[in-house]
Amino acid sequence: MANDKSKTPINVGLFATCLVDLFRPTVGFAAARLIEAAGCAVHVPEQTCCGQPAYNSGDSRHARQIARQVIESFEIYDYVVVPSGSCGGMIAVHYPDLFADDPDWNRRARALAAKTFELTTFLADVMKIDAAEAISAAHDGTATYHDACAGLRELGVRDQPRELLAGVKDLALVEMDDTEACCGFGGTFCVKYGEISTDIVSRKTAEVVKTGADLLLAGDLGCLLNIAGRLKREGSSVQVRHVAEVLAGMTGEVPPIGEIGSERGGENNGKKDGN
Amino acid sequence: MEFMKPGAFKDNARAALADQDLRSAMTMLSTGMIPNRQGAVDRLPEFEKLSQRGRELKDHVLAHLDFYLERFERNCKAAGGHVHWCATAEDARREVLEICRSVDAKTVTKGKSMIAEEIHLNEFLEQHHIEPIETDLGEYIIQLAEEPPSHIIGPAIHKTKDQVSDLFLKHHAKLGRTERQTEPQKLVNEAREILRQKYFDADVGITGANYLIAETGSSIIVTNEGNGDLTQTLPKIHIVVTSLEKVVPTLEDATTFLRILARSATGQEFSAYTTISTGPRQDGDMDGPEEYHVILLDNGRSAMLGSEVQDMLRCIRCGACMNHCPVYQSVGGHTYGTVYVGPMGAVLSPALLGVAETKHLPCASTLCGRCEEVCPVSIPLPRLLRQWRQRAFEAGDVPSLERWGLSVWAFFAKRPWLYGLGARLAMRGLAYLGRDRGRMRKLWFAGGWTDGRDLPAPEGQTFQERWRKQQRERAAS
Repeated sequence: MANDKSKTPINVGLFATCLVDLFRPTVGFAAARLIEAAGCAVHVPEQTCCGQPAYNSGDSRHARQIARQVIESFEIYDYVVVPSGSCGGMIAVHYPDLFADDPDWNRRARALAAKTFELTTFLADVMKIDAAEAISAAHDGTATYHDACAGLRELGVRDQPRELLAGVKDLALVEMDDTEACCGFGGTFCVKYGEISTDIVSRKTAEVVKTGADLLLAGDLGCLLNIAGRLKREGSSVQVRHVAEVLAGMTGEVPPIGEIGSERGGENNGKKDGN
Repeated sequence: MEFMKPGAFKDNARAALADQDLRSAMTMLSTGMIPNRQGAVDRLPEFEKLSQRGRELKDHVLAHLDFYLERFERNCKAAGGHVHWCATAEDARREVLEICRSVDAKTVTKGKSMIAEEIHLNEFLEQHHIEPIETDLGEYIIQLAEEPPSHIIGPAIHKTKDQVSDLFLKHHAKLGRTERQTEPQKLVNEAREILRQKYFDADVGITGANYLIAETGSSIIVTNEGNGDLTQTLPKIHIVVTSLEKVVPTLEDATTFLRILARSATGQEFSAYTTISTGPRQDGDMDGPEEYHVILLDNGRSAMLGSEVQDMLRCIRCGACMNHCPVYQSVGGHTYGTVYVGPMGAVLSPALLGVAETKHLPCASTLCGRCEEVCPVSIPLPRLLRQWRQRAFEAGDVPSLERWGLSVWAFFAKRPWLYGLGARLAMRGLAYLGRDRGRMRKLWFAGGWTDGRDLPAPEGQTFQERWRKQQRERAAS
């Protein structure tokens, strides 16, 4: 759905997520570029975290305090877009639960939840962009896509990233077996139960490698850091990126996750590293 | 016997991850249980509808539990049966013992029953010089191995075929079976032949119940081996050990559950045997026990009614949640140290045993949500796991380091300016550490991560820092 830019633009608050803010700013810029390409104005209000670490640790007091802060910063926008199904799910599904006993905040949480979307669902379902037309991205290689749990099961992210990736020139997509199985990240789980988490991610990397793809994509940086970290530890040459980097055509601007940019400019094609 | 405890979850997990036999046995889940369930669900177009109906039925029964239980009791008695209401595991064990003593029982045969496991019935009977004999093949295997079940429907799922061959040779040699069998069918036959006479010798047969039917006072069991039928029809007395939430209003309601149970559990359309028992042998019956007793266990369940975890009482014990759980797939059931394992166990065990004793279990989950997705009665397991985490946190049952870490993190997360400053410094530091390879192999403060994985290095500057800089440049130009 192309917008008439002469009218009031659609204002989107970009909730970058703490992991993108800290580890992978390029994903934030990629998301912004895609949202702008869909005809919206992007705003990045001051932000920290969605509160999920507290919420999933049973610390609902802190989770509520942080949720109020997010609601206050973002409720002024037409939409809130999040390049993560996990943090998107926190706002869109769990915020209203957090304020079940507080009618005023519950109303505000529900209003925010209703206009909060994971990035690829916003592009495909809300803005209904034609991927091939709106995104003139190209990436020569074969990718496989990991379905991150919260996006998949809380927000129904499954077809949208695949539809969008189908519009990326020269990119082939192969499906891995059990792509809907968890990668073992699980927020604080991955450090609290590091050995179990490592075992779970090893099943995932085995499936990734089995596909023969040279690029692993997903929509959640937590999973990506986990899978990339394990692939590198195993000595694999499979590259790892956030789906937004490929969709926005920004793979030339940053090396794959966990790799070094020494051959910058020569590695925007998703080829094996170490060349 | 002394076995693993839930408090030692991390140690148990470490041992499990190093156990190659366990690892090879557990591949059964991804190669068998998971695709079989999916196939069975796909072949039944109305599965979703049945599942929804099942959920509504359970919620209805839980809202009127007293009514249906009393109705069950009335109709069970009318058919000549006895109902024993037992508030605790100890009450249940005592009732079973009294019934066994009434016929001076020396041996009892047992069909598979998780309630019998929950009340630790076998150890208790042995202490009172009554020999329990498990007749379900899986239960028989773990009885020989002196281990608890590691899965609610496949108690010996953690054993490889080779381990079973060894176990049979070790225990059956004294019965004249000195050849080590390696083919599954021959192993089954060997167990069958050895068990055959035990059915005739037993004074009492104990089974569980998948459902209690209020309108008829009957109990239903499903098995794949027919062992339950022999256990309950041949001895003088049949004891059903079961729990409150198993009651359903009518026989027809039970069929709703039967249609989703086997499909969710093993991927079968229906279990091989579905047996309905109504009271003892009646005049003109060809067989059946002389007495029929139902041990109706509460053991903490009625306290779950009306609580945040009431939804757990809908559980029909199919095991789909554990089959699909990434943590269970990695560490197996014994790691949990509780009778009920996997996601359903991590929700039920704190209710039965207390939060303090079981605090690891709700935490040892990635909250991936696949359990809820495959649950045929839509139990919101991740939400219930979070409920227990919240209770543990509020009760102070969280390590002080974790509590302190959360407080520090929250302090910064509530102060964006300070957070931004700290983030900029920290990310520069991390980027510096990872500058040579784009990742770190070892970080002293993140061993939980770096023991098994590299930590990808951050780009250096934070997103917000770069964004604001870009905005300023745009504004200036």
